[in-house]
Amino acid sequence: MLAQQLTNGVLLGSTYALFALGFTLMFGVLRVVNLTYGFYFSAGAFVALFLTRNVGWPIWAALPAAAVAVGAIAVVLDWLLLARLRRINAPELSSLMVTLGAVLALYAGMTAWLGPDIRRLPAEVLGGEAMIFGPLRITNAQILVLIATGVMVTALLALMRLTPIGLALRAMAENPDAAGLMGINTGRLAALVSFICGTLAGAGGVLIGLNFNAIQPYMGEAMMLRGFVVIIIGGLGDIRGALIAGVLLGVIEVLTAGYVSSGLKEAVAFAILVVVLWTRPSGLFGRTQIRRA
Amino acid sequence: MPIWLDDFLWTYQNVVYALGVNGLLGLSMYVVLSVGQLSLGQAAFMGLGAYSSALLTLKLHLPFAIVLPASTIAPVLFALAIGTPTLRLSGVYLAIATIGLGEVLRAAYLNIDYVGGALGISGIPERAGVVSIYSLLILALLGFWLIGRSAIGRAMEAIREDEVAAATMGVNVARYRLGALLTSAVLAGLAGALSAHVSSFIGPNEYGFEPAVTILSYALLGGIGSPFAPVIGAWILTLLPEMLRGFADLRLVFNGVIIVLAVLYLPNGILPWTMRRRAA
Repeated sequence: MLAQQLTNGVLLGSTYALFALGFTLMFGVLRVVNLTYGFYFSAGAFVALFLTRNVGWPIWAALPAAAVAVGAIAVVLDWLLLARLRRINAPELSSLMVTLGAVLALYAGMTAWLGPDIRRLPAEVLGGEAMIFGPLRITNAQILVLIATGVMVTALLALMRLTPIGLALRAMAENPDAAGLMGINTGRLAALVSFICGTLAGAGGVLIGLNFNAIQPYMGEAMMLRGFVVIIIGGLGDIRGALIAGVLLGVIEVLTAGYVSSGLKEAVAFAILVVVLWTRPSGLFGRTQIRRA
Repeated sequence: MPIWLDDFLWTYQNVVYALGVNGLLGLSMYVVLSVGQLSLGQAAFMGLGAYSSALLTLKLHLPFAIVLPASTIAPVLFALAIGTPTLRLSGVYLAIATIGLGEVLRAAYLNIDYVGGALGISGIPERAGVVSIYSLLILALLGFWLIGRSAIGRAMEAIREDEVAAATMGVNVARYRLGALLTSAVLAGLAGALSAHVSSFIGPNEYGFEPAVTILSYALLGGIGSPFAPVIGAWILTLLPEMLRGFADLRLVFNGVIIVLAVLYLPNGILPWTMRRRAA
């Protein structure tokens, strides 16, 4: 029982980590808290729903297609909403407010267009018997989660650590003006970061949609709470912190739901966030610099 | 009272109440923005005020004169728990933690049977009215007007413009910020108690993300040049959907777009005039 709960928790948590990764990357490199991020999540789930249900694609093809489509949406939204603020060096809170307004308009528009009902992926998408490993029962959806997060996280870490693009991104995170002076095309890199973050959130949406089989326009809003908890526990802008904190949150949620009450899992997550803010505001791993007021 | 006025108030009672309550909410956003912080917890604070006051009225049968001030306790405690650690950090932390608060409280109301779960609380007696709502609104406006003209208002503006310079001049930045957040929690809690006691029903979904952003749009549309601006912003955004009933679905889209346009193109709102202040 405990082993099963832990497995479920780690798999759920790796989706949270995937989701939070894009959010924290965006903050780290672009220095914006982009709240349209929750919309990318919902959009990813809906694109996958459309591709599997209306076009009849299998989920392994719909997942990357949805991720790429959402990445493109993210680039457009970033250009519409944030490029101008970056150019005039607007304060951090302006970008937060703009994206907050935009995400409300996007959710509300999506609800007006698609309806507020919970939709489900076609049954054959999830298909197949669950596999049994000793005491553990693992569904096909969970295996897809494992593969997808593994591939995406490895690819991102490799990009950041091993390529010239990664070097440029890290330079931009350090000091965007100096990076620009060194000949880095920061505008193009900002678009690239938006694209990467869009694909991460979009894929997260598909995987969570698959895991709980409930797709709904405001699903991204509930997910943002997890995103906030993960990036604050992990430290704002800290990639490795987000990975560890994401998995940790998944495990805590599953254990709370399993042994205490499923209604309390949000409250527990938030209580952890408040405790971390009081005790270790730079995150549990304490590597990010905190800008104090 | 002439019959036509009586008829008018009866027909548009809910709009009249909403204008007053939303005006208070606009002010509760204004006070945080005027120290350069962004709190998105106004709807959550309002919900705490509404739920705690409804419970005090229905379960303990307390008189409204006690319930109304008591409704500020829960929001203030939550504001302290979140504000104390985050206000020392960059503004992003307060914004993030307060959005999270709304989402968590929604889940909590839904799952706690004592507060009615998904059904919310109904049958709240009508204890508030035009008089209580508008006298509080006028008091709050007057208070902010006087504070705005005083040294406190000057200090708040200094913090908003340049917190390092303000701190150097001896302004206790952290204390002003916490004070502003607590004031805003008090106002939002009162607004919640008042609205609960005129509408007879409150539910878990009334204090979530959408109202939180809508309250921000009041202050951004009006601007924060003077305390009247956010109230007028609130009134415009409350009346517009009443006149455009056919577009009810798009009301929230509209509020969101207002915020985007206000931040990008009208950073001082539509009422940018600031208060005059005597030289020190």
